Amino acid sequence: MNYFTQALAWIADSANASGSNGIWARSWEQLWYTLLAVLLASMIAIPLGYLVGHTGRGRGLVVASSGAARALPTLGVVTLLGLIFGIGLFAPLVALVLLAVPSVLAGAYAGVEAIDPRTVDAARAMGMSEWQVLMRVEMPLGLPLLIGGLRSATLQVVATATLAAYVGAGGLGRFLFYGLKTQDYPQMLAASMLVVAIALIMEGVFEISERLVARRLRRT
Amino acid sequence: MKTRIAAALAAGLLALSACSSANPLSSASPAASGSPTATGATTLVVGSQQYYSNEIIAELYAQALEHHGFTITRQFQIGAREVYLPELKAGKIDVFPEYAGNLLRALDKTSKAATSEEVLAALPKALGDNLRPLTAAPATDQDSFNVSGDFAKTNNVASLADLAKLNRTIKLCANSEISSPDRSYGPDGLKENYGITVEVVPVEDGGGPLTVKALKDGKCDMADIYSADPAIARNGLVTLADPKGIVLPQNVVPIVSPRVDEAAAAVIDKVSAALTTDELVAMNLLSVDKQQSSATIAKAWLTAKGLLS
Repeated sequence: MNYFTQALAWIADSANASGSNGIWARSWEQLWYTLLAVLLASMIAIPLGYLVGHTGRGRGLVVASSGAARALPTLGVVTLLGLIFGIGLFAPLVALVLLAVPSVLAGAYAGVEAIDPRTVDAARAMGMSEWQVLMRVEMPLGLPLLIGGLRSATLQVVATATLAAYVGAGGLGRFLFYGLKTQDYPQMLAASMLVVAIALIMEGVFEISERLVARRLRRT
Repeated sequence: MKTRIAAALAAGLLALSACSSANPLSSASPAASGSPTATGATTLVVGSQQYYSNEIIAELYAQALEHHGFTITRQFQIGAREVYLPELKAGKIDVFPEYAGNLLRALDKTSKAATSEEVLAALPKALGDNLRPLTAAPATDQDSFNVSGDFAKTNNVASLADLAKLNRTIKLCANSEISSPDRSYGPDGLKENYGITVEVVPVEDGGGPLTVKALKDGKCDMADIYSADPAIARNGLVTLADPKGIVLPQNVVPIVSPRVDEAAAAVIDKVSAALTTDELVAMNLLSVDKQQSSATIAKAWLTAKGLLS
């Protein structure tokens, strides 16, 4: 048997499925950490992105700093924060939020920026306030690009969330680290496949929502 | 990742063999294995693990050998044992500092050797024909169970046997692989030998600063830290005695190829004889605290021991 079939067998083995260190529990942790990190990143990045996109100010600063954040090695951030705040979910969560912010931010401001200036001018000419312009023109029209940003952020985070296990916070990284140290490569491959499966499911969700949004935009 | 390490290693070997010898046609090129040249002109390849303390020991061998006229090529920071072991067996590395117990386990999974003497006696056969161990150093660097000073005092524990009397689940910060059935000193081993129920809190930095921090924060009662780690003394941790010897002894032992002749072996033996655990901890401390390079630390130590005179 090669690694691939052994990995599939490992996933199919019911002994690995349940319990606090089972596939279900660890996959759920992986998914939950991903959603939490992207949600927290959105709470920071979406308002900031709209502010930049709407006013056109501070773009250089935001682009430069989010670009720098992208370059941060996540394992380094996890270790550093772990040394300050101790083991547990906090350190990897902050690191994942830092990882997710640039993509969401780019999606938010690029979505607003990409709108034809004449459309925005027309909205103003109709007597809309700045708030109305943002809420009723820029946000709906910028939505496809924002979802694109969320999509790429989610993809990066779901793969990187395996690092949570480095500081004892669980997730599918548990199987990766354990497999690496005990030379159990089928187990490592199995964990990677589970991460890929979660990523594909998330991709599917985003694909559907992108289409729904596109259809609605065409209709209005 | 494994293939990337292997590829990087292969590339490194190629690069080194291309530039290390002045005469490219000379048979002393490290890649051309197996053919010993005249004593004194031998080029030996010294390797080390990707572990700062191991690199310091490798540097000790390298500098001592260089002092005695050997030409040394350094192949340091090789990640996993399963990457460098085949290189050693293929004769591409001539000298490698190893840890007796774990090496024996890697070579012979069924070995029952438990004491230092048994492990060292079993090594030559396990290594096969192409490699041999030189005399082991008194220094060991092995997994050890540590508690905070406060914990030891409050609960009056000095050994793993005392821990059982507390009658509660002990949280153990360690790499997750300690739960592996292969590990004699994991939760199963602790339960079986000492009657301690252990819950592993997985921290994957190999007993490094995150593990120490977790122990100090009270996230666990006990932590698995390498015995030569200066962090034990610096944080006032208490290493619990292991009267039943469930942790395999890990004496530092140089593994050498047939290209290492008696003259070279004598040089390495002198280094090993002087290398105690305290000396090793002191050198590790220079690396961790003063950020000194392994070369600087090794030079100072060898000079102090009169091994470079």
